[in-house]
Amino acid sequence: MSNLILNRRRLLVGSAALGSSLALSGCDQFDFLGQRGNPARQALEQANVLTYKAQRALIGEQTLAREYSASEIRQGMKPNGSTEPTTPEYMFLRQGNFANYKLTIKGMVEREVSFTLDQLRNMPARSQITRHDCVEGWSCIAKWTGTALGPVLDMAGVKPEARYCVYHCFDNIQKTLSGEIFYYESSDLVDAYHPQTILAYGLNDQVLPVSNGAPVRLRIERALGYKQPKYLHTIELVDDLTPFGMGKGGYWPDNGYDWYGGI
Amino acid sequence: MTHWVWAICLFFLLLSGLQIFNAHPALYIGQQSGFEFDNAVLRIGAVNTPDGPRGQTTVFGKTFDTTGVLGMSGSAEQPSFVGFPGAVTIPSFRDLATGRVVHFFFGWVFVGALFVWFLASFINGHLRRDILPRGQDITGLPKDVADHARFRFHHTRHYSPLQKLSYFGIFFILFPLIILTGLTMSPGMDAAWPWLLDLFGGRQTARTIHFGVMVLLVLFFIIHIVMVLLAGPLNELRSMITGWYRTSPGTLREEGDKP
Repeated sequence: MSNLILNRRRLLVGSAALGSSLALSGCDQFDFLGQRGNPARQALEQANVLTYKAQRALIGEQTLAREYSASEIRQGMKPNGSTEPTTPEYMFLRQGNFANYKLTIKGMVEREVSFTLDQLRNMPARSQITRHDCVEGWSCIAKWTGTALGPVLDMAGVKPEARYCVYHCFDNIQKTLSGEIFYYESSDLVDAYHPQTILAYGLNDQVLPVSNGAPVRLRIERALGYKQPKYLHTIELVDDLTPFGMGKGGYWPDNGYDWYGGI
Repeated sequence: MTHWVWAICLFFLLLSGLQIFNAHPALYIGQQSGFEFDNAVLRIGAVNTPDGPRGQTTVFGKTFDTTGVLGMSGSAEQPSFVGFPGAVTIPSFRDLATGRVVHFFFGWVFVGALFVWFLASFINGHLRRDILPRGQDITGLPKDVADHARFRFHHTRHYSPLQKLSYFGIFFILFPLIILTGLTMSPGMDAAWPWLLDLFGGRQTARTIHFGVMVLLVLFFIIHIVMVLLAGPLNELRSMITGWYRTSPGTLREEGDKP
């Protein structure tokens, strides 16, 4: 009992000190949590690992994200992030209406394979009207058409030691002094093989426009918008995410966002 | 014990939540956010006027000038164009990623503490004795309201009807509501529990309710602090720490009371 009292008292004193120091100096007290390598921040980030594990345990691997009726498409799909990549490689492909585009599957696979846009369009198609949730907080409902990623991965033959897909993109999302940073993302194989995970080439019954990721954008419907990489050109099967970018598994995760992205 | 845990949690959840809100300072009704149609119920932003930029808040179609607080804050030389000012966000600068890290960490702790409290209160009878309103609480309510309005407080060993009802509202309505609407914003949880979307009428409505409940909890917090101060903060705090509470003269004695 005396332990409990001590604990209460300690907490009370702690929170009183916390409250009064805050009242004195505003909220920049906690700005150190913004430093990406700060140990306190890294401790708090463990909650995201817990969320990932809890959601993986709770949500069936095949459980679908909600699909909406056509009447719920009330507006165009809001473009966000990169909307017009400016690398010479992409501009060349765009000029040729993506006739020379190839999607490559490589890394920990039995055989590296590439598919043209026409080959992808000739594969079994899936259309889904889903809600796109941006990490900023807004949502937008649109119809996406494409071919499921799982069977495409199977054509390459994913090796058993592969754990993640890394999605490499054409868009130079950030220019720094040491060069351009290209958008990339990654997911585990559960998300990669999910039935709604498609290589989308169509949006709202039209060809996917450049502002939304032409020619091919990946959809991972049970995750936030930043897990839907646009301008996709290569999918690499790996067992470790640290060699890519800053090692966190994606452009936004490298910038401090949660890698899993299901919340 | 759990009281102080969630006091700290709610503090961080509030300030990191306002940071997250600032990433898109608008609230909507429905599944999606209207960019080509209007379903917004709240919008905070800045506009250019002939007299320079002004902060503006639109609530249910009515627009207010909120320069200095919402939409535009900071000094005249260095105005900052954010929804809520940096003084009430964690971090104080725009940093959605960190806001989310802080919010989700304390979200887990908050839910854990609430779970422990419900379990303990159920076992030790606190829930049945002090929180769940009974018939006499409902019939005693008008008198209690009148007494509170006259600042005539009775300090007995039990919670008064108004107290019971507000704690009941917090634990059985507002806390579950803010947790469930928070979960509805997770695309993963929407796949696992699609009924969440139907219960709240869409992800964006859930986000709006989440914000509304936050406002109610802040109001509760203000009243809560005022009541503690009016009731004699030393007596109240002592009782929270040691379990000893001095009642008003005339309170009937019960077995186990110490003189």
